[in-house]
Amino acid sequence: MSVKDYLRERYFPHMWCPGCGHGTVLNSLLRAVEALGLNKNDIVMTSGIGCSARISGYVDFHSLHTIHGRALAFATGVKFSKPELKLLVPMGDGDALAIGGNHFIHAARRNIDMTAIVMNNRIYGMTGGQFSPLSGLDKKATTAPYLTIDNNFDVVELARAAGASFVARTTTYHALEAVDLLKRAIDHKGFSVVEILSQCPTHFGRKNKEGDATNMLELYKANTAKLGSKALKENPSLIARGIFVDETRPEYCEAYEEIIQRATGGKR
Amino acid sequence: MARLKLKEHAINREWCKGCGICIHFCPKQVLELDSMEKVVAATPEDCICCKLCELRCPDLAIEVLTDQDEKND
Amino acid sequence: MTKSTIKFVQGNEACVEGALYAGIDFFAGYPITPSTEVAELLAARLPQKGGKFIQMEDEIASMCAIIGASLTGHKVMTATSGPGFSLKQEALGYACMAEIPCVVVNVQRGGPSTGNPTHVSQGDVNQARWGTHGDHSIITLTASNHQDVFAMTVDAFNLAETYRTPVILLFDEAVGHMREKLVVPEKGAIPLVDRLRTAVDKGVDYHPYLPREDGRLPMSDFGGDHRYNVTGLFHDMWGFPSNNPSVVNGLLHHLVDKIENNVQAITRYKEYFLEDAEYVLVSYGSSARSAIHLAKNRRARGDRVGVLELQSLWPFPEALIRDRCRGAKAVVVVEMNMGQVMRHVKAVVDEPERVFLANRIDGQLITPTDIKKLLRVIQGMGV
Repeated sequence: MSVKDYLRERYFPHMWCPGCGHGTVLNSLLRAVEALGLNKNDIVMTSGIGCSARISGYVDFHSLHTIHGRALAFATGVKFSKPELKLLVPMGDGDALAIGGNHFIHAARRNIDMTAIVMNNRIYGMTGGQFSPLSGLDKKATTAPYLTIDNNFDVVELARAAGASFVARTTTYHALEAVDLLKRAIDHKGFSVVEILSQCPTHFGRKNKEGDATNMLELYKANTAKLGSKALKENPSLIARGIFVDETRPEYCEAYEEIIQRATGGKR
Repeated sequence: MARLKLKEHAINREWCKGCGICIHFCPKQVLELDSMEKVVAATPEDCICCKLCELRCPDLAIEVLTDQDEKND
Repeated sequence: MTKSTIKFVQGNEACVEGALYAGIDFFAGYPITPSTEVAELLAARLPQKGGKFIQMEDEIASMCAIIGASLTGHKVMTATSGPGFSLKQEALGYACMAEIPCVVVNVQRGGPSTGNPTHVSQGDVNQARWGTHGDHSIITLTASNHQDVFAMTVDAFNLAETYRTPVILLFDEAVGHMREKLVVPEKGAIPLVDRLRTAVDKGVDYHPYLPREDGRLPMSDFGGDHRYNVTGLFHDMWGFPSNNPSVVNGLLHHLVDKIENNVQAITRYKEYFLEDAEYVLVSYGSSARSAIHLAKNRRARGDRVGVLELQSLWPFPEALIRDRCRGAKAVVVVEMNMGQVMRHVKAVVDEPERVFLANRIDGQLITPTDIKKLLRVIQGMGV
C-alpha cells in the first residue's frame, strides 16, 4: 500500500492554502495508518468544522464530518456502539478546545479508546483569522486588532489533567516524529492526544510577521526541543516535544463489558 | 541497510501548490520551482533519497521513487 | 418474553418499554426533569440485553452520540426536556441533513428558559417543527395515555427507519409522570421496521445519498464494506460536500418532500363521537384526556361534542383536520400553550372564525371544567 491508497484522490487537489500545515498532518497520519497496516474498513474518522475538519473528506475511511466542536461526541457514539472500530478524530484548536472543550476533557476523563489529533495553528482560519484559545498573549488577529489579552491553554497539561492516558506533542516540521507519535497514539488502548503545531501562513503567519510556510517551519525547528534533551534543559522556555503521558488504564468500552456482565448476572 | 537508489521524483503538478517547503528543506538543493510555480527536480543526481520532501509535502504531491521501493512492491 | 404482560407504570416507563420493544440498542442522555426516568430505566435495562447506555457530558453530546451510534447500524434514542431540547437543535438539524434515523424524546415542561421544570406544558410544539435552523421537515408524534405512549414510541422507531429521519416524541410532564396500566404486547404483535441496508456488493460504487425510486435510501453501516462521507453540508450522492446550485436545490427538495409527500402515511390520530359532532374538540397529549372526558359528559347530556385526538403533530395533518372540522358550529383546540396548534388549525379549516382556544399555561393540567366554561360561552349559555 502507498499513502495514495488511503486517499479519495478524486477530491484532490485539496482545499487548503499553499503551505498549510494541515496537509502535512494528513500526510503524516496516512503514513502512520499505513505503517500499522490497518484495514480501511475498520477506521472511522470524525471531524468538526473549520479548515482542519475538511480532512475527513479526503481519506478513504468511513468519514463523519460533523458540527463545530462536537467531533469527539459523535466519535464516542460510533466507538461505544461498535468498539472494534478505530476512531481518528482530527480537530482544529478552536474546534477542540473552544467550542469543543467540554467534549475534549470528558472524552479524556472516560479514557475511551480513540485518537484525538489537535491540529494547532493558533487561529480560526476558515472564518478569516480570529484568535483561538491557543493563540496566546500578544498575538494579532482580526478580532484582536490591538493584540490578544487571552491566555492560552497548554493542550498537553489539559489533556493530562483531564485523564488522557497517552499525550504527545510534535510539529509539522518534525514529520518523521509525527508519524511515529501518531502510530503510537493510534496503537494505544485508551484516549490518546497528539498535538501537532501546524502552520497557518495565510492568517497567523501573515498577521504575526512569522513569514511564509517555510519560515514558520524554521520557527518550529528553533523554538521546540525534545523531552529530555540537552537543549530543553538549557532553555526551558522552548516548547517540549515528545510523549508526555503513556499509561495503561481501564478503557471505557471494556469497562462497560463488565457492566453488561453485572446486569446479566454473567449470562452473556 | 542498503542505500536507496533514486529512480525518479514523481511530482503531481495538479496537486502541487508551489509552497516551497520541499525546496527550502532539501539538504542537497535538488528541487526548484518552475515558471508555473510548480516544483521540479533540477538536479536529481544529487538526491540522497532522504524523502523529507515527500514527508513534509502538505499537498501530498511529491514522491521519491527508489529502486528499493520497487523490490518491496 | 413471548406473551403479553401487564404493568403499572409511569409514562416515561411506557416509553422505555416501547423503545425496548422496537429494538433500541443505544441510548445517550443527560439528566433533566421531567424525562430523567427514561435514562434511569434504560441504564438498567439496556445492558441486560447487551445494549449500550451512556450518560454524556451535556445535552448536545447526547444528541451527537446517538447520531454516531445510528451510523454503526443501531437503533438509537435520547430523552430530554425543554432546555435540553433547545441545546440539541443544531445536532438535530445535522440528523435531518445527513438523514440519520434516531428518536428524540421531549417530555415537555413549562418554558421559556428553565421555566417550570416539574409542571406540565405543551409549549414545544412549534420548536419541534422549527427548532433547528433552515428549511427541513420532521416527524413529531405525541400521546395522551400509556398504551399510546408505548405504541407511538414503537412507531417513532419505525418511522425513523422508514424515512431516514429524526423522529420527535413530544410527551408532557403529566403523561410522563402519571401512573397507569400498560399492556406490553407479545413479540411480533406490532410489526417493526428494521434498517434498510444496501444490497450493493463490496467493490461496487455505493451511493449513500442516491434515493431509490420509492424515495428510500438504503444505508451501509460504518465498519462495513462501503466507505463513504457523511456531512452536514449540502452534499452529492456520495455524501461529499457540494455547493452546486442544482445539488443544493435537489437535496433540500428531497429532505422536505420525503416527509411532506407522505403526510397521510405518517398521520396518527384517534376520534371520539365525531360522526355527528356540532362541536369538535381538537387536542393531543394529556390535555386530550380532559377533552375526551368532557365530550363523554356532554354527550350524556345530549350535547353533540366530539374529539379529534392528534397523535402526530408534524407533518401537520391538514387534510384530516379540515375534513373532521367541516360543518362544525365551533372547533375548540384544547392545549397547554398559547395556541400553537390552534393557529395551524385556523389556517387549514374552511371557517377559521369558528376556531377557539381552550388553554392553560399556568403549569396545571387543563380540566374538563376549564373546557366546559369556554364551550358554554361559545354556545351562548353564559359564563
